[in-house]
Amino acid sequence: MLREEMEAAGLDPESVVVTEIETEGDAERTDFPGSPTIRIDGSELQPPSGDAPRGLTCRVYRRRDGRISPLPDPQDLREALEKARDR
Amino acid sequence: MTENGIEIGDPAPSFELPNVDGEAQSLGELGGAPATVVYWTCNHCPYALAWHDRLLDVARDYADRDVRVLAVNSNDAERYPQDGPQAMRERVEAEGGWPHPYLFDESQDIARAFGAERTPDVFVFDPDLQLRYRGAPDADYEDPAQNAAWLREALDAVLEGSDPDPAETAPVGCTIKWK
Repeated sequence: MLREEMEAAGLDPESVVVTEIETEGDAERTDFPGSPTIRIDGSELQPPSGDAPRGLTCRVYRRRDGRISPLPDPQDLREALEKARDR
Repeated sequence: MTENGIEIGDPAPSFELPNVDGEAQSLGELGGAPATVVYWTCNHCPYALAWHDRLLDVARDYADRDVRVLAVNSNDAERYPQDGPQAMRERVEAEGGWPHPYLFDESQDIARAFGAERTPDVFVFDPDLQLRYRGAPDADYEDPAQNAAWLREALDAVLEGSDPDPAETAPVGCTIKWK
């Protein structure tokens, strides 16, 4: 989904850096709120709430229609990528 | 039963687990039900949350046919306190109660005995507590209109005395968080 949206936004999908968070130490060090986490130029696509746990867990996203999903809303991703592209 | 849990036709492993009020609930107490559903879930997995309402609807819709439904959470509550017994109780209260028990498998022995892998992971048993269906509730966690169709079809088959088709689908969701 990420690479498709990057391509659609005119960004190079090969520029994605995939980081595997393997240990709780990795999660703490990277302030990792769960998988998948997408950071665009270092900024969270959807910043987690301050009290959200950090660690090796699954990330809960909410789609624009209110549905809960393990993935962000494609429209949110598209807009964030376009914003980054236009900066 | 194999090292990896139970297979279609195997008897349900017996268990006794606490519900959110701390009361022990055993599978044996459920004898006599024309069908029994045991499914793994938890508080934090987005797949389990996405399917949650559909699974509760199944319990409500089949209650008048005496189908029994039990939800089990086996996640490591030390590493994932949002899946601990207090959080389970708070969630059920916040949601105004569930139509079926929500049990905590602290030792994770029951998940291992069943071979449960993910949340959700659904097991459907016949009146003799033999496994007749195992897998996902339906084909798409993102589509509420799927309405837990695979689970409902399996239950309908068991209630009619026939074999669910398919008897197995691949469970989809977060892995159980093992200790």
